[in-house]
Amino acid sequence: MSASAWLKAHVSAVVPLTAHAGSLLLDVPDWPGNLPGQHLDVRLTAEDGYQAERSYSIASFGPGTTVELAVDEVPDGEVSPYLVRDVAAGDFLEVKGPLGQYFVWREAEPAPVQLIAGGSGVVPLLAMARAHAASGSSAEFRLLYSTRSPADAMYADEISRREDAAFEVSWVYTRQAPDGWARPAARVSEAELAALCWPPARQPSVFDCGPTSFVEAVADALVRIGHAPERIRTERFGGA
Amino acid sequence: MAEFSRGFGARRRESAPELPPGQYLTTDFPVLSAGPTPRVTTDEWAFSVVSESGQTTSWSWSELMALPIEDIHTDIHCVTRWSKLGTHWRGVSVDTLLDGIPTTAVSAMAHSYGGYTTNVPLADLLGGKAWVAFEFEGEPLAAEHGGPARLLVPHLYFWKSAKWVRGLALQTHDDPGFWEQNGYNLHGDPWREERYW
Amino acid sequence: MAPDTTHVTHATPDPAVDERATRVDGNALAGVLSALFAGDPTLLTLVCGHCARSGPLAEAVVERDETCAIVRCRGCTRTMLSVMIGPAGDVSVRPAALAELRSAASGA
Repeated sequence: MSASAWLKAHVSAVVPLTAHAGSLLLDVPDWPGNLPGQHLDVRLTAEDGYQAERSYSIASFGPGTTVELAVDEVPDGEVSPYLVRDVAAGDFLEVKGPLGQYFVWREAEPAPVQLIAGGSGVVPLLAMARAHAASGSSAEFRLLYSTRSPADAMYADEISRREDAAFEVSWVYTRQAPDGWARPAARVSEAELAALCWPPARQPSVFDCGPTSFVEAVADALVRIGHAPERIRTERFGGA
Repeated sequence: MAEFSRGFGARRRESAPELPPGQYLTTDFPVLSAGPTPRVTTDEWAFSVVSESGQTTSWSWSELMALPIEDIHTDIHCVTRWSKLGTHWRGVSVDTLLDGIPTTAVSAMAHSYGGYTTNVPLADLLGGKAWVAFEFEGEPLAAEHGGPARLLVPHLYFWKSAKWVRGLALQTHDDPGFWEQNGYNLHGDPWREERYW
Repeated sequence: MAPDTTHVTHATPDPAVDERATRVDGNALAGVLSALFAGDPTLLTLVCGHCARSGPLAEAVVERDETCAIVRCRGCTRTMLSVMIGPAGDVSVRPAALAELRSAASGA
């Protein structure tokens, strides 16, 4: 099957995640399966034939014909508000994928993994965490999740449930911290990255995803801390 | 008949700001050069107009700065498809530089430090359409963007705005310059998509 | 009488010299190039013709809107290539400062 073909998809469920984000479960009969970290392109066609396409990371992984997307609403956006607020079970859309083999975690790699998520950048990293939990991999995972506030954190409950010895999570709130939280709300600093992430000596495989400026600030800091640039994989979502 | 996505399309965008056909917006300022960046100090910089008869008029940097300087607000369009809207420059109008030089030339070959040339019809250089520009967005023009001074002819594709300009040679034929000899249009009007032969 | 070569419009192959290099046409590259273009494009290595920096397409700076993407070198910002999506869905790639496009080693 050609990777450039548009596949029919129907929404089987819509699950709100936060006030401005939701997950979509899609039934895609011709889906070939996907690796954790991959994305797909969504194409929507209006009644008059007008079309728009956007890329979204896939929260699910592996074989099967159910694909889980998580969409964060872009203010005044054209497509994301439709996917977060308007779309309902039974609705039709088209997808192309899976796409991208660069930003992918592969089970066979034994190296420790450092996931760094800014906002909706958590979606492909969640797919990696889910794949890790389902696999026999002994790789140790850490996630640093930067989000505006607890209410803005997508999949917060699931991520908390998954925390264990092989999956450590650090929460960084940038605008509003929970009551009683020791750390005041602020962007993650280079010192915090050095303290909370796997140190360079462990040679972690780093996956850094989120808004472009977040990804680049984090990647630059990690290099200054001593991580090898070629061990840092980045995926920039655009935006701020 | 393709299925459509129920209810989609209400938030489609208004048409983008008017751009020439085939052009796309950039918010950055890409650099596109054929070779290394010449490094020219303002001490050594000079600009000359050479008429078709060989009559030469030259200005040093301080002499250029003594001429009337204009503020230019304009859009620029590069042949590699990016457009930048609302740029701000300061420079000396080519009208000022050609004022008083007798000529029957129809075209000028712009020469740059580093050997680059591009031809521009005289009609596109006169009448408030072209400048020797030395400031961009309030700062001295950086070398990678053609500083200390470049030709600025914003109504044509930006390859005509010769970086590191050092002179104009007036010519009675519209002889092609560097890019023009490599397949680019002799005129280069972006609104007519005059990109290639 | 010596053969008259003044009207030869292409070089005549010398079998002794050209045993390994033959002049054909693009059809001969169908197999080799399909390997380059069939894989995930984000894994292709792009080499900048201006500063010689190389890296996967996945890491290039890309400015895009709905119909065009400008791909620039992350090192020196030169435009390496532009990608245009036409109204009929045709995709056009216009190379600019791109010096080299390289696939991963095959035989994996």
